[in-house]
Amino acid sequence: MTLETLYSIRNLTVEYDTRLGGVRAVDDLTLDIYKGEILGLVGESGCGKSTLGKGMMRTITTPGHIVGGELWFEGVDLMTLSEREMSDIRGNRIGMVFQDPMTSLNPLMRISDHLIEAIRTHYPRMSEGAARARAVDMVKDLGIREERIDDYPHQFSGGMRQRIMIALVLALNAALIIADEPTTALDVIVEAQFLDLLRSLREEFELTILLITHNIGVVAELADRVAVMYAGKAAEVAPVEAAFIETKHPYSRGLLRSVPNIDVDDQDLYKMTGAPPNLIAPPSGCRFHPRCPRAVELCSEAEPPLLDVTGAGHLASCWIYSDRPNRPTDDAT
Amino acid sequence: MSAADPLVEFEHVQKLFPVPTGFISGLRNKEDRPAVRAVDDVSFTLKRGEVLGLAGESGSGKSTVGRLALRLLDPTSGTVRFDGTDLSTLKAEEMRRTRSRMQVVFQDPLASLNPRMTIGQAVEHPAQIHMSDLSPKQRREEVYEIFSAVGLDPPKYYYDKYPHQISGGQRQRVVIARGLITRPDLIVADEPIAMADVSVQALLLDLMMRLKDEFDLTYLFITHDLATTKYLCDRIAIMYLGKIVEIGTLREVFTNPQHPYTKALLSAVPVPDPRHRRTEPLPQGEIPNPINPPSGCHFHPRCPIAQEGVCDTERPELLPITGIEDHEVSCHLRTGAYQELDPV
Repeated sequence: MTLETLYSIRNLTVEYDTRLGGVRAVDDLTLDIYKGEILGLVGESGCGKSTLGKGMMRTITTPGHIVGGELWFEGVDLMTLSEREMSDIRGNRIGMVFQDPMTSLNPLMRISDHLIEAIRTHYPRMSEGAARARAVDMVKDLGIREERIDDYPHQFSGGMRQRIMIALVLALNAALIIADEPTTALDVIVEAQFLDLLRSLREEFELTILLITHNIGVVAELADRVAVMYAGKAAEVAPVEAAFIETKHPYSRGLLRSVPNIDVDDQDLYKMTGAPPNLIAPPSGCRFHPRCPRAVELCSEAEPPLLDVTGAGHLASCWIYSDRPNRPTDDAT
Repeated sequence: MSAADPLVEFEHVQKLFPVPTGFISGLRNKEDRPAVRAVDDVSFTLKRGEVLGLAGESGSGKSTVGRLALRLLDPTSGTVRFDGTDLSTLKAEEMRRTRSRMQVVFQDPLASLNPRMTIGQAVEHPAQIHMSDLSPKQRREEVYEIFSAVGLDPPKYYYDKYPHQISGGQRQRVVIARGLITRPDLIVADEPIAMADVSVQALLLDLMMRLKDEFDLTYLFITHDLATTKYLCDRIAIMYLGKIVEIGTLREVFTNPQHPYTKALLSAVPVPDPRHRRTEPLPQGEIPNPINPPSGCHFHPRCPIAQEGVCDTERPELLPITGIEDHEVSCHLRTGAYQELDPV
């Protein structure tokens, strides 16, 4: 199966200006998103995963700015577009779903108005009646009762609001959905229902979804591929099973093993030492080296490249997998 | 002091929160006014030295149970006993002394700490109130000792730090240290790790387990995350709309869940292993409005095995399951008079 790249992030760097200097929240990051896949982007707070999502939409606001890089989407480098052209892309081709849908919905507009507006933006010649009929079809598809379409956002529960956000994105006919912590505010059963919905919509509409989350379990349930971020960089990118079962990067290993698993008895949780680095003055070399159980001198001297370590699209940014003579060893797993 | 001592006992505890209404309806009889039944006839026992998990979705009443256990709230009816004493009978001074034996750790450590107090002062503060026989120097030594116990090392370095100068995980350690300084018997931990990052969560869970042994603690561990209860709890109570629907040893409830809601909750937990993706169907819909909960069994509108004429009309009671020790469930089809209707 050949994979068609839908969105290609090339050497993206995003910086936030602070009194103490520039913070590189995303640092020279390269990542491909394939058409039709669900890519899970995980990492702990401050690793830059949300900044990456915003960077892809070019919605970084001051004091942040994109320092450099290319954002290739449907054959165009989005960095070369004017703000006006970019806002067309945002409206029509890339949709975004956030943790708190109330910040994205207008509290004074009925759900039907939201949807009709979105549909008619996309199909300007469609009559209001036809747009409404289409909106009704969509909400029914997403498990919302037809008679609720004229309700206001506050009348819906969190799970329902998240469904409405998805309906809006679908109304726009977006090719890519960037979902930033979409289930974090939801209870566990509602979260599972929402994941089921995303799964079935992906089949039906051939959607491509970038799922940004701190919840490792959600990624394991839904994603086809996983990208692990640490301190503004991609530590590991791999198909989901390989990422969880044959984890390569020492950071991802620690991260994945520190998650309690309800299926495992007497689990021995991994206890990672230290804390994520201050990005105003990140560590030299590999940014994980001060916390890494495998680190050797080389790791503090030079930054490891992101290499395909299996030849099957399993990328890891760690010197263990290089051919340097002074590389660290991978004795324990 | 045997290990089977009950430390906290709830007997038919109910807590209603009146819903704000207009002036006219405010004139009605007090009994008729709408109220949220946050905790509705809850009974359980927390034994000394035990970790009881209290799990459920938002609005299930689990945090209210925690507040009732600490008498931060008074029950509308029913009895809450701490170490054999009915808390509602205690006068202010007696309650103050009892409080030093019960402490709480909330979800957000930044909200729990005064930004103008150093973390050393914050931890020393309860000692000033509850351990007034100690000299200032002895108190300071106590703080250092607790700091070391929770992993804020070296303690003298941390004593003068302010909350904003340390990381979120360290802040939660400070809150735990503050809880421990009075050497309490009971810690009510309300989502203590929910705001921490994954790698920090593991460290905090490990710390809580260690401290439990070191300080002979009893925990009421309130959480929405069932996977972490597995790591920490001896027993677990599952709540739905103000009621305990199932309670028992963790092993028994997790391996042999009886209530359809418990089953749904357990299967919905995302598993960090892509080889074991969930395949079980989920209950439809979401938690109904607690002001006007469904008749009969509160779960019946979403229940896959609900039986018309029974589950929608009669309230099930929390009853022991025949032949199994320490496992109670509130389901008509699993305990009580209607068991033969069970389709499974």
